[in-house]
Amino acid sequence: MSMTLVREEKRLSPHRRQARRRGRWLVPWLFLAPALILFLYFKFIPMFENLRMSFFKVQTFLGDEFVGLDNYRRIMTDDAFVSAMWHSVVLAVGTTVGSLVLGLVLALLIEGTARHLWFVRTAAFLPVVVTMAAVAEIWRIMYHPAESGLINSIIGFLTIDPQPFLSSEDSSLLSIMGMMIWRGTPYDMMIFLAGLVGVDRTLYEAAAVDGASTWQRLWHITLPALRPVFWILATLAAIRGLRVFVEVYVLTNGGPNGSSEVLMTLIYKMGFQSNELGVAAAGCIVLFAATLVLTIMVQLMRRRQAS
Amino acid sequence: MTPHRFDSALGLEARRGPVATVLKLLLYAGMILVFAGPLWGLLVSAFGQTLDPTSFALWPDGFTLENFAQAGDKNVYGYLFNSFVVVGFGLLLQMLVSVFAAYALARKKFRGMTVVMLIMLATMMLPEEIIAIPLSLVLADMPLLDVRLIDTYAGMILPVGAWGFSILVMTEFMKEVPVELEEAARIDGAGELRTFFTIILPLCRPALGVIGVFGFTMIWDQYLLPLIVANDPGYYTLPIALRSLRSDEEVGIGVLLAATLLALLPSIIAFLAFQRQFMRGLTSGAVKG
Repeated sequence: MSMTLVREEKRLSPHRRQARRRGRWLVPWLFLAPALILFLYFKFIPMFENLRMSFFKVQTFLGDEFVGLDNYRRIMTDDAFVSAMWHSVVLAVGTTVGSLVLGLVLALLIEGTARHLWFVRTAAFLPVVVTMAAVAEIWRIMYHPAESGLINSIIGFLTIDPQPFLSSEDSSLLSIMGMMIWRGTPYDMMIFLAGLVGVDRTLYEAAAVDGASTWQRLWHITLPALRPVFWILATLAAIRGLRVFVEVYVLTNGGPNGSSEVLMTLIYKMGFQSNELGVAAAGCIVLFAATLVLTIMVQLMRRRQAS
Repeated sequence: MTPHRFDSALGLEARRGPVATVLKLLLYAGMILVFAGPLWGLLVSAFGQTLDPTSFALWPDGFTLENFAQAGDKNVYGYLFNSFVVVGFGLLLQMLVSVFAAYALARKKFRGMTVVMLIMLATMMLPEEIIAIPLSLVLADMPLLDVRLIDTYAGMILPVGAWGFSILVMTEFMKEVPVELEEAARIDGAGELRTFFTIILPLCRPALGVIGVFGFTMIWDQYLLPLIVANDPGYYTLPIALRSLRSDEEVGIGVLLAATLLALLPSIIAFLAFQRQFMRGLTSGAVKG
């Protein structure tokens, strides 16, 4: 094959060969151009603009004024920002742990038995694919605080008093978390199921020969084998939890009384309603740094465990 | 093949007998009820006659299209049309951009390739939410171009045109296409574009299914982007219109339910139709990080 190519090259005149070569280097860049231009305009320019704005007091008509780290200082001391950061972290941790645990338990329970039950798996996976905004509308109706609300009438069967859910400062964040766990669990379950396929079956048999109980088998064989999957899911879920916006925006918009305000809803309000673009930009940079640190930390932990 | 008690971690499939069977069925029923129940409830309520805003029927009471008829008066179908315009053109653009970029990354060797790969990965590390505010400024006044994309379809389509995930999925797949086919085409005198469209692309059909269904869900699920682009309600997509429908005093719960159902049906249909591709993309994406 390579011989034929060489011969063909030789047949061309030196001039044409050069022209062909000159065009060659351009070809990959032409194919990449659409992607790179779109990324430049809609990812990189906004990102740098964000970084720049975070050091300025942004004023549309008066011109921007350099304020150094003032915006950052403000978000670190502002009560609203600190509590929003705290809410984001609580939401991220709660959602991550909840979906991981439930997803793992369900994956273990249906492994083997429901692996081929197409209907069960498909039905259980639906929450993952449906549009977030629509899901939130459904949950808002189900969380209706009166006795006739769906979830309240279900827990009424269990003789539990009607709960206010989204309309109380004490339970708004937890209610949002409930919906996010509902949506995250099937995803984690599917990935765990895929991971379980890779566990070496002969190890189970060997463990049984050695007289290990099911519990020991789970703890010493299955869970260690799932570790890489576990870390990936944890990182993904934690990042998704930190940057959550739609869920909160649709369900409570941060209310009541700021009890479910998360970073992104607060940033959105500062940027688009109170026009404090510089402060909002600083908040974005902090959020970005947090997700970046999280990703890198998990990667390092994985490396160390692997070696 | 009979189930073996070493086929799974807990060995549950080997448990037979009435008690085990009942427990299993309860588990499946519970899963279906918890995860699909709310969606089922939406379906029956949207077609139902009860207009009580507090409760959500899990069992149909009557069947009526009244809610969908009234939805027309509130421009729900206009919002749906906007959503389809954005997802249609957005997906077409996204898939074209992805296959072009993947072709360069998978089939060519050139200086700067590592940098380009890093750029792609960097865009995936950057949560789109955090650049929403500067993105709205860029869309209001595109640098160098002097174009305003606020209140245009283009403003909602172009930003989703390039997506790192689908470029990388496509790149991985294209690397597997045997290089001999491409060389043969070249010796036959086919140009770069013809080789690409007649040899490479047809072989990538399975991967096109994957990026197609993921791209569809991704674009259909966009919320912040239409929120910052559409100031004029005439450009609202259905997902963002839901919230304003709800706060409109004149809109009853029936119309809201109908609109919500219309907002999530397309993603469910896309998932059911391309389930195999969806699962493949999901597991490969997660395993590779």
